[in-house]
Parts: sequence; structure tokens; C-alpha cells
Amino acid sequence: MNTPLFEFLCRMGDNTLVLGHRVSEWCGVAPVLEEDIALANTALDLIGQTQLWLGMAGEVEGKGRDADKLAFHRDVWDFRNALLCEQPNGDFGQTMMRQFLFDTWHLIMLKALADSSNDQIAAIAEKSVKEVTYHQERSADTVIGLGDGTEESHMRMQRALDKLWPFVGELFIGDDVDDAMVEQGIAPDPAALRTRFDNQLDAALAEATLTKPADDFAHKGGKTGARHTEHLGHMLTQMQWLQRAYPDASW
Amino acid sequence: MSSPETSPYKDSEASPHGETRATEWPLWEIFIRGQHGLSHRHVGSLHAPDAEMAIKNARDVYTRRNEGVSIWAVEASDIAASSPEEKGALYEPANDKVYRHPTFFDIPDEVGAM
Repeated sequence: MNTPLFEFLCRMGDNTLVLGHRVSEWCGVAPVLEEDIALANTALDLIGQTQLWLGMAGEVEGKGRDADKLAFHRDVWDFRNALLCEQPNGDFGQTMMRQFLFDTWHLIMLKALADSSNDQIAAIAEKSVKEVTYHQERSADTVIGLGDGTEESHMRMQRALDKLWPFVGELFIGDDVDDAMVEQGIAPDPAALRTRFDNQLDAALAEATLTKPADDFAHKGGKTGARHTEHLGHMLTQMQWLQRAYPDASW
Repeated sequence: MSSPETSPYKDSEASPHGETRATEWPLWEIFIRGQHGLSHRHVGSLHAPDAEMAIKNARDVYTRRNEGVSIWAVEASDIAASSPEEKGALYEPANDKVYRHPTFFDIPDEVGAM
């Protein structure tokens, strides 16, 4: 049984790793060059944060695994990312909607973690907040621009929101790991972040002329690793290909 | 940036497309100030739907390596530019007016570099 702190750090690190890899899939094929570079920057920021989270997870675990080992030598069931992060890119609108939903949660979470009782976590959060503040501004602007854009872009953004909405709830559902984090003052109760998230979401969606789905059904199983969607395994075959073919290969 | 003319592949976005597409975003010229105290310098151009996104795109395209402390974005169509054909009338008259350069003064050493 892993310690709750290790689990928590893997959740943070796997979120940024999996989403970072997803976003990097746009490299070279984004609709315009400026967006291509912006998405690559976002992906790199997220991978950078992954190194900090998973690096710390490895230290906490104390079994000699570093961030690379955790990223490339685990299989689907060991990943602890939220289901939202592993959802496929779809069209550009769907990617930006996924980014907006994640960024909005991520920023609220990181701001809370900046007050963590664990200094190392507080430091990682403080560094990440600067990057994620920009991510969130950018993805919110794009969601508003496309939502309140043409008939076609509006339709696609609404479709993306409807599709991704069932994966949002998981971010706010706590479990034993979260309880332990709250008890030690390390991390906030996930449910406590919901009001702020909803307020920001509602404001942005109103500007974007998009309608939040009425049904709050939430898929679960990502952050516990119990039930990832089928997409994560496919993604890992790409992401981990080299280490699977040539274990422990290095530069 | 965003030149659509880079690849000859058929049916790609880069294949001949005639008139500028209606969806093409306007062109913005980007100026960045490297440090406090220096002036903004032109660094390049990019496409963006509005001024806010132009700044954001400039941040991503031109300040990835810590290049600046301030960004200006100016829509290219708002820039009044001199015409290359007029260069004779505009600049050549200055060629034979050496007295416009302050090279005829003796500058005391104490003044230092000017």
C-alpha cells in the first residue's frame, strides 16, 4: 500500500504528464502557427511541472524511482491522473475546452497548495501558479472567442462541453487519500474548490454563450487508477514506446 | 508567421488558394522592450483575431526565452509607411549636407563618450 502523500503527488504529476503529452500531440499540426507554438509552450510547462511532482513522489516513495521511471515504467493501472486529462484531443475546440476546464480547476488547486503545510509542495505550487495563470487566461479567452464566434465554432464548443462535462466532476470528489491530505494540512478538500470553480466557469460560459449541461453525472476511476478510459492505454503506447522497446535507454 | 505558402502538397492548406481566405486573421506587428529604459524594438509579426490575442501570441512566439518586459502589438494596416519609390526625394537631399552632423565641434575630453 502506497502512502497517501505518494498517491497525492502522483495524482498531481500524472495530471500534468498526461495532459502535457496530449497537448504536445498538436505540435506541428495546430490550425495556425501561433496556436501551435502556444500549445507547445503549454505542454512544456506541464511536463516541467511533472518533473517536480513526480520527482518528489519518487523521493517520498524512497525506492529509487525518479520522475522518468514513474513516467515511463508504469502501466495504465498505476496512473493517477483525472479522466479529463486523458480524453483525446478531438478538434481544436475540444482541446481548448478540455484545457479550459482543467486550467480553471488547476489554478484554484495550485493557489490552495501554495499554503500547504509541506514546504516543498508549497514551492512547486507557487512556481506553477505563474504558468497556469497564463494557461487559464489563454484557454478561457479561446473558449469565449470560439463559443461566442460563428455558428460553426459555437456548435463545436457546445459539443465539446457536452462531451467533456461528465469528466469534470471527478476533480471534486474526495477519497481516503484526500482526507489524509486535509488532515495533515497538505492539500485542500477537493469538494471545497467546487464553488469557486463553478463561479468562474459560469462567468466564462455566459460570455461564451455556452450552456452548462444540466446533468451532473461524473465518471470516476482516474485518480484512483481503478478505471481509466480506454484512451489512456493507447496514449501510453505512444508516450512510452521508446522505453518499452529499449528499456532504460538514455541519451 | 502563418505563411500559407510553405508546402506544395495537393489539397493541403498550403496549396494555391487564390484570394486571402475570409477567415485569415489580421496581421500584427510586434514590438518588444528588452529591458527597462530601452525603447521597444520591432521583432516580427504574427496573426491574431484581436489585440488581446496578439499580445498573448507575441508572448508565446517572441518571449519564450525571457526576451522582454513589455509588448506592443500594432495592427499592420494601421501603420503608415513611406514608399520605397520616394526614397530619392525623402533621403538623398541630406547626403550633401555634412554640416547637419555635429562633427565640427571639438569635444572636451571631460565630456566623455557622446
